Amino acid sequence: MQYIIMNYTPPADHPDADAVRAAADGELWGAYTRALLDAGIMVGGEALHPSDTATTIRISDGQRDVQDGPYAATKEQLGGFYVIEVPDLDTALEWAARNPAASSGAVEVRPVITRAG
Amino acid sequence: MSDAARAVERVARLSYGRLVARLAARTGSLADAEDALSDALTRALETWPSTGVPDNPDAWLTTTARHRAVDRARTGALPIAYEQDLSRMAEERAATPAPATDPRLPLMFVCAHPAIEPALRAPLMLQAVLGLDARRMASVFLLAPATLGQRLTRVKAKIERAAMRFELPEGPEFDARMGDVLNAIYAAYAVGYNGIPAGDRKAADLAEEAIWLVSLVAEALPQAAEAHGLFALMLFAEARRPARTDAATGALIPLSEQDVRLWDAGLLADAEKALANAARHLSLGRYQLEASIQAVHAARRRTGETDWAELKLLYAGLVRIAPTIGARTGEAAVLAETDGPAVALSALDAIAEADRRSYQPWWATRAHVLARLGRVEEARAAFDRAIGLTDDPAARLYLSARKARLLHS
Repeated sequence: MQYIIMNYTPPADHPDADAVRAAADGELWGAYTRALLDAGIMVGGEALHPSDTATTIRISDGQRDVQDGPYAATKEQLGGFYVIEVPDLDTALEWAARNPAASSGAVEVRPVITRAG
Repeated sequence: MSDAARAVERVARLSYGRLVARLAARTGSLADAEDALSDALTRALETWPSTGVPDNPDAWLTTTARHRAVDRARTGALPIAYEQDLSRMAEERAATPAPATDPRLPLMFVCAHPAIEPALRAPLMLQAVLGLDARRMASVFLLAPATLGQRLTRVKAKIERAAMRFELPEGPEFDARMGDVLNAIYAAYAVGYNGIPAGDRKAADLAEEAIWLVSLVAEALPQAAEAHGLFALMLFAEARRPARTDAATGALIPLSEQDVRLWDAGLLADAEKALANAARHLSLGRYQLEASIQAVHAARRRTGETDWAELKLLYAGLVRIAPTIGARTGEAAVLAETDGPAVALSALDAIAEADRRSYQPWWATRAHVLARLGRVEEARAAFDRAIGLTDDPAARLYLSARKARLLHS
C-alpha cells in the first residue's frame, strides 16, 4: 500500500529565530528523509516553499477568481509531503510519528489510489 | 487530577475489573459483561469523588448495574439473563468470602490468549480489567480511536465465538501463557513510558495502570517469579522518571548522566523488594534479568559508580534467553565500557541488517561508539539516522545536542 504523509507546520513565530531554526530543521528533515530512503520505503516526496508564496485559483460561472495565499487559511501550513510504500496503515503511522512535524504541527496520513498493474 | 480523585478512580476501576471478570467467566461474553457494567463504572467515576467511596464498592457497582440492566432488558438492549446474573453475584458476595483466586487473573489470561493478535492484547487487557476507554488509549498505541474500538469489538466477538475458557491454564502451558500475559502488560507499560518525556499525560497514566496490572498478578500468584521480576523492572524505571528529562531544555537525559538524587528512593526500595521476592523462586527469566540490570544501575546511587562487569554478565545471560535486538544493543553499549568501543562496534555489526535498519537505539548506540573511536564523519551520519528514526521530541533534542558537540570537538 502507498500512503501520503503530509506535514503541516506552524509558521516561524519570530523572524529572528528563522535562520537558526532553518539550519537545525534542515538537519531534522534530512535525517528523517534519509531514514525513509534507507528503509527502502520511500516512493517520492517534495518540500514546498512557505505558504505566503501560494496562489489559489477558482473558476466559477466562467469567471476566474485568483487569490493571494493558500487554499486553507489554517495556522499550520502544508510544508511538504512524502509518499511511502508500506504494508499497512499501522506501519505508515509509525513513520508519520517520526516526521518532525508530528511534534511541532500535525501530520496527515492518507492511502494513495494506485493504478493496477 | 488530584491524588484523592485518582485514588477514588483506582478503587472504582479495580472493583469494576473484578466484576467484569466474574460476569464474563459466568457467561463467556466479555463484551456483554462490559456492557452490563460500564454504565455503573461511569456513574461511580462521576459520583464517588464527591460522595466518597462506598463501604462496599463491589456491591454499589453491582446494584447500580442491576438497576440499569433491568431498564435495558425491558427495552431489549441487554439479555434478561444479566439481571439475574448480577442479582446472584450480589447475593453470593454477601454469603461467601472472596473467591480463592482473583477472578481478574483468568480474564487477563484470556486477554493475552495466543489466538489474539499480539498488538491488541495490551489495550484489550487495559479495557477489560481496568475499564479504560478505547478513546483514551488509542493515541498512545498510535491508532485512531475508532480503529482501536472496532478492533477490540472484533476480538471480543472472537473470544465469545471461539468459547475461550475463563480459567487459569495448568501444567506446562501455564508458564508459556504467563509469558504472554506479562509481555502484554510490559507492552502497555513501554508504550506509556516512552510517551512520558513528551509530557503526554495519557501515556503517563497508562504506564501507571500497567504497574497496577502487574502488581495484581504478582500478588495473586506469589510463586510466579517472572511477575515479580517484571514488577521490579517497571518500578525501577518509574523511580528514574523524574531524572529522565532536562527541566530547562526538555531534552532526554540518558541513564548514565542522570542526577541520582532525583531518583525516587521509595520506589527504588519497592523495586528491590520485588526483585528479592522473584529471586526466592529458582526460576530465572527475562524480566528478572532486566530488573537485575536496572538494580545494578540503581546501585550507583549508593556507590557513586556503575559496575559494568556485573552488567556485562547480566546482559550475556539476557541475550542467551531472549536475544532481542533491544537486549543485543544494550549488551553492545555495556561492552563499550568493559571491552572498549571497537568490541562494541563488532557486536553491533553482528546484528542482522534487516533487524537494525530502522531501530533507533541501534543507531544511537552506534553513533556513540563511533564518536569514541574518533570516526567523526560516520558518527555524524549515525546520529542523523537516529534523529530521523525517533518519534520522541526529547530524544531528538538530546541526539542533536550530542551531534553538535561532536562537530565542535
